[in-house]
Amino acid sequence: MPATTKSQDIVFSAHQLTRHYQMGDVLIQALRGVDLTLYRGEFVVLLGASGSGKSTLLNILGGLDTASSGELRYGDAILSQADDTALTRYRREQVGFVFQFYNLIPSLTALENVALVTDISPSPMSPQEALAMVDLSERSNHFPSQLSGGEQQRVAIARAIAKKPRVLLCDEPTGALDSKTGSKVMAVLHQINQQLGTTTLVITHNEAIAAMADRVIRLKDGQIVDIQHNPNPKSASELSW
Amino acid sequence: MQALQRKLWRDLLAMKGQILAIAAVIGAGVMVLFLAVTTLDMLERAQQRFYQQAHFGDVFVDLTRAPEHLLPQLQLLPGVQQLQSSVRAPVRLEVAGFDDPIRGLMLSLPEQGLPRLNQLVLLHGHLPVAANEVAITEPFAKAHQLQPGDHITAVIQGRLQRLQVSAIVLSPEFIYQLGPADLLPDYHRFGVLWMPRRALAHAFQMDGAFNHLSVSLQRGANPLPVLDALDLLLAPYGSRGSYLRAEQASHRFLTEELEQLSVMAWFLPLLFLGVAAFLLNVLIGRLVRNQLQQIAVLKAFGYSHNSLLLHYLQLACVIVVIGVIFGIGLGLWAATGLAELYAAYFHFPDMELRVQLRHLALALLLALLAAVVGVFNVLRQVARLQPAAAMRPAVPPQFQRGLAEKMLLRPWLGQLNRIIVRNLLRYPGRSLLSVLGIALSSALLLVGSFQFHALNTLLDIQYRHILRMDTQLMLSETSPERILAEIKAEPGVLAVEAFRMVPVRLHYQRTSYRTVLQGLEAKPQLRRLLDQELTPIELPAEGLVLTRYLADYLGVKPGDRVQAELMEGANRLVELPVAAVVDEPVGVSGYMERRALNRLLREGPAISGVWLLTDPLKRTELQQRLQQRPTIAGISQMADIEQQLRNYIADTLLGMMAILLLMAGSITFAVIYNNARIALAERSRELATLRVLGFERYQVGWVLAGEVLLLTLLAIPLGWVLGIGFAWSLQQALTMDLFRLPFVLEPASFALAALGVLVATALSLSLMLRRFHQLDMISALKTE
Repeated sequence: MPATTKSQDIVFSAHQLTRHYQMGDVLIQALRGVDLTLYRGEFVVLLGASGSGKSTLLNILGGLDTASSGELRYGDAILSQADDTALTRYRREQVGFVFQFYNLIPSLTALENVALVTDISPSPMSPQEALAMVDLSERSNHFPSQLSGGEQQRVAIARAIAKKPRVLLCDEPTGALDSKTGSKVMAVLHQINQQLGTTTLVITHNEAIAAMADRVIRLKDGQIVDIQHNPNPKSASELSW
Repeated sequence: MQALQRKLWRDLLAMKGQILAIAAVIGAGVMVLFLAVTTLDMLERAQQRFYQQAHFGDVFVDLTRAPEHLLPQLQLLPGVQQLQSSVRAPVRLEVAGFDDPIRGLMLSLPEQGLPRLNQLVLLHGHLPVAANEVAITEPFAKAHQLQPGDHITAVIQGRLQRLQVSAIVLSPEFIYQLGPADLLPDYHRFGVLWMPRRALAHAFQMDGAFNHLSVSLQRGANPLPVLDALDLLLAPYGSRGSYLRAEQASHRFLTEELEQLSVMAWFLPLLFLGVAAFLLNVLIGRLVRNQLQQIAVLKAFGYSHNSLLLHYLQLACVIVVIGVIFGIGLGLWAATGLAELYAAYFHFPDMELRVQLRHLALALLLALLAAVVGVFNVLRQVARLQPAAAMRPAVPPQFQRGLAEKMLLRPWLGQLNRIIVRNLLRYPGRSLLSVLGIALSSALLLVGSFQFHALNTLLDIQYRHILRMDTQLMLSETSPERILAEIKAEPGVLAVEAFRMVPVRLHYQRTSYRTVLQGLEAKPQLRRLLDQELTPIELPAEGLVLTRYLADYLGVKPGDRVQAELMEGANRLVELPVAAVVDEPVGVSGYMERRALNRLLREGPAISGVWLLTDPLKRTELQQRLQQRPTIAGISQMADIEQQLRNYIADTLLGMMAILLLMAGSITFAVIYNNARIALAERSRELATLRVLGFERYQVGWVLAGEVLLLTLLAIPLGWVLGIGFAWSLQQALTMDLFRLPFVLEPASFALAALGVLVATALSLSLMLRRFHQLDMISALKTE
């Protein structure tokens, strides 16, 4: 796909992004000038060791954090200059998140957790539809405490995609799951990427997952060290880890 | 163990806001407890010492005139230890520079040596020796700035006499110095004086005689046979019946005050320490739940159950100790203020506030008890916890749909409100306790406001509805009715109404009560008798009308017959039917139609005093003319009396109410702030998730605030109900001889109770939301 990209297919373009934190007396350089472009419908895997800056990059892309310097464009909007209100709206309308620890609201059922998002989105799919996409229709009236880890993560994915986001950001979505469940979750993410054309960025430690991606980006010490194109991505069922 | 200590201090420091809030509630309880107990102790010690030092009598008798030679015979009565006879007479006083009439009670002092009973404590000067020397009480001296050597004028038996103040004294009989028929001390308008016996007796034709007897009893003697013997022997001399110390005016008021203090000593501290126990339970409970993994790790490392139990118990103890120190400090400060207030009403030679070790221990023990009860359940959880169980990844808290949920959760409610309601229903016990805590403080506010309104209503009933005269004249002796016409003829008098007043002891079955029987016109206009609806009632031609308090005390109802011992003249014992009961908030009296009372007393149409309605413009001149009349013993202005009553109330009860309000505020704040802070800590992850999903700050803030607000809204009606209960108990506890609070609850009181907790809620929410704004989304999401 990248070979035939047009400018309207660009979702994100980052230029010389940096992020540093003051932790007591120590200045931590989490990102040291990242240049990156993400295209519509891409499935990208972000690989890197702990502390390489991949989560920081994901947080900035998702509007959870802002860069210290550099420019980040989302379509025509300049995210790096947006205020809290604009970022909230951006998260609400454009981005879906999936986390390692699911972060479901324990007091809401699966269906209600999804409805939480559809209630505030401009043109969502129905919560039932979203749950059907992750194959959890029969479990929709269960509370998180009544679901297994994999099921909880699939509810989280349903919650993330129900708003039909343009971008799906997943921070170690399989980190807390066993391999069989993890592979099922990855299959769901892949299927959604295919069906909805959502640009999907997945952070992982797991090299095996990289085989699913259109592109694999490696970070080290806050910088991109390698970008690999994968002309023949595998399906989740073909992976082994 | 040292690391655990460090954890203790870190935890304490991290929760300092919540800890201070709880400590404040404990402090409030300890303060009231300490205040009441310390003041009680101070007054009791002062009373005991004064009574002992001054040889205060045990039994007293007022009579018309008995010869001195009767005394040796009385001394031989079994059980009698000491006797002291004296002469006492009402006088009128004039002090230069003070225009109002002053009533005085002149008492005799033995010519030689000290009295055997009721000795005076000499503060300044020397006890009177010469016929024109007098000793006066300290409050009277202070009110008129009199020093030994100053002069006052007394009208004794119609004769003007110039007296020199030789001594300023205190007497155990007048610790609470109250004029006859007064409700409150008025040191400007009522004075107690002592002069040498011979001069006083001479002026009142009491040479070789006495009209008052004080008796002390032998240790362990039964007083009842002594009373009977005295009554029998002194009846021919116009005895008004012997009575025990318990019925002595000053002693009775002091006792009532001490009883009130002891009510305060258990009622309020119980309430506050109860709430504090609950708060500690919630705080430590949630703390432990949040630290389950830490506890598991510590156990895995080999810390014993007991060392961990001790750790959390220490946490509770630190809070308690902070609260106790705070409470004792405040209590000491308040006790100093209260002691000053008591010094204005109760006059002891020395009154010293002493911090007793046992009071400190009591305060600490009670607060610790509250804490241990509060954290007991939580500590059991800690002891039961298996390390492995807590090391497993956290399971989401269990939720399910119950019946309550089906009733409450409507589809239109929205997901955010659903979160609020489910969280409250998830821990119904905890929610209920929070509601109870907030309701308690709302109830306290209601009680405070109730007191205020009830007192105003009381004064309004008394001075707008019952007492319609503006001036009361007491005659120096029972006089024929014709004097009424003379007074009515005075310029400036608009209306007059006469009354007859006679001391009486009412008996019903085994209960008796000393009071006065007032003879009024059948349809009194200036001093009305009212029923429950405040409509005036008419006096029946025969029979007795009783104040409800008195009727309840004696246990009688209309139709019953009571025995009345008329303690004037021949001391007749008569039987009277109770015709009606009146609801009077102030004083304790019986009423009869005046002429019916005259007939009972076997006298013509005689009167004891006159009530006047006067022209305000001519009042001063009128008063001056009336003062010249020797037949008039005392003139009281109702407006002065009302003012004294209002001052007394402002001094005592309103101060109490201010403390109550402050405490209610601190409880509400502590409950709500703790709830909100802990909710924020427990659910930061959930809240961060909502923010990430694209909810605005105010929407996510609502999930927190809505929960607290809902609790408050549920608590308000419950607070009203509890408040009504508290107000009722307070009204019952404060029902006493001096006055009874009417049970009236104004809408304003309910509004204040609601508004108070809402303001406290708003305040704690704003503090909490400030913290919420600092919530770090990313770290909240990452941590497990």
